[in-house]
Amino acid sequence: MRLRTREQAARALGEVVLKKETPMTRQEILDLYFMDARAKAIDLAAFLDRVERADGPADFRLDALRTALDELQKNGPERARRVLLAFSDPTTEPIAKAPGKGACGAFNPQPST
Amino acid sequence: MRYIEPHAHMVSRVTDDYVAMVTAGCAAVCEPAFWAGFDRSSAQGFFDYFSQLTEHEPKRAAKFGLPHFTWLCINPKEAEDVALADDVIALIPQFLTKANVLGIGEIGLNKNTRNELAVLEKHIALAVEHDQLILVHTPHLEDKLKGTRLIVDLLKGHSGVKPGRVIIDHVEEHTVEIVLNAGFWAGVTLYPESKCTPARAIDIFENFGRENIWLNCACDWGVSDPLAVPKTALEMRKRGHSAETIDALIYQNPLRFLSQCAKFKL
Repeated sequence: MRLRTREQAARALGEVVLKKETPMTRQEILDLYFMDARAKAIDLAAFLDRVERADGPADFRLDALRTALDELQKNGPERARRVLLAFSDPTTEPIAKAPGKGACGAFNPQPST
Repeated sequence: MRYIEPHAHMVSRVTDDYVAMVTAGCAAVCEPAFWAGFDRSSAQGFFDYFSQLTEHEPKRAAKFGLPHFTWLCINPKEAEDVALADDVIALIPQFLTKANVLGIGEIGLNKNTRNELAVLEKHIALAVEHDQLILVHTPHLEDKLKGTRLIVDLLKGHSGVKPGRVIIDHVEEHTVEIVLNAGFWAGVTLYPESKCTPARAIDIFENFGRENIWLNCACDWGVSDPLAVPKTALEMRKRGHSAETIDALIYQNPLRFLSQCAKFKL
């Protein structure tokens, strides 16, 4: 299998150069992962349709998801990192008391409401 | 293929899992102390758990020819009760001389509270005092970024901590650089939904290099896959990585970190 560095691939696209190399070409990556990504995109669309068909108040998780989806539309590397940041607690100070043990997947900026 | 499973909660698994792991090439399994899915009612419950990890589970693993090692602590999910944590931490030194104990773990944070931080600090002090390796759990989902930053700051602020003897686990794309840039080892956990898929784990490996990273399944009583590491090795093969590269990630890297404890012999 031909070795192609991420640097070569990124430069060809005019993108920011990342650090290491992948053994696969873009075509090979598409051959391996496109159907999986396609299925996830359709699942996500169906989920949003399902949520909007149902009645109920606004929810911070949906807001975070829409922010994350905005990140997908932007050019540049590190989309996965930026999507994770969209769901993350941006504060820096430890809290006084745990509200429970679990995590729900998105930061709630107004936990009392 | 050979691999080391550096993070698996085998007390929650059935014997079929041991058979499957050994069949897939597992050469050793390491079991950090963790939350049972419910809060223990007293320190005595932890005494029994530590006895299970150091005496009974190694015997169960040995029946399948698998060396079993462990790490001890009170998990961050139970660290909100500082008085209980103090009692449990006081129990740990008597177990540190057991043959399969590698260090203190998995300590860390869950909801990033002041009490959790205080208990984490006590665990770090215990590890430094007894010259133990450290395995750190980072929080889940939306709490991971903040928790990772708090953990790294706390560890860097302790003069007795040697970063090369600390692995910070459950990193993802938004936290791996924070950990590696501070000189710590990074663990990538393979979970179906809440952590990394095999494809993303390999992306992290390709982007951040093969040094000081290990993969683990962290299988427990929840939805998790004890064969996640060898399945990721198969995915790496599909992506054109050589047998030598795969071996470096799933065998040589954990071997290199864990061999810093003289008890880790294969």
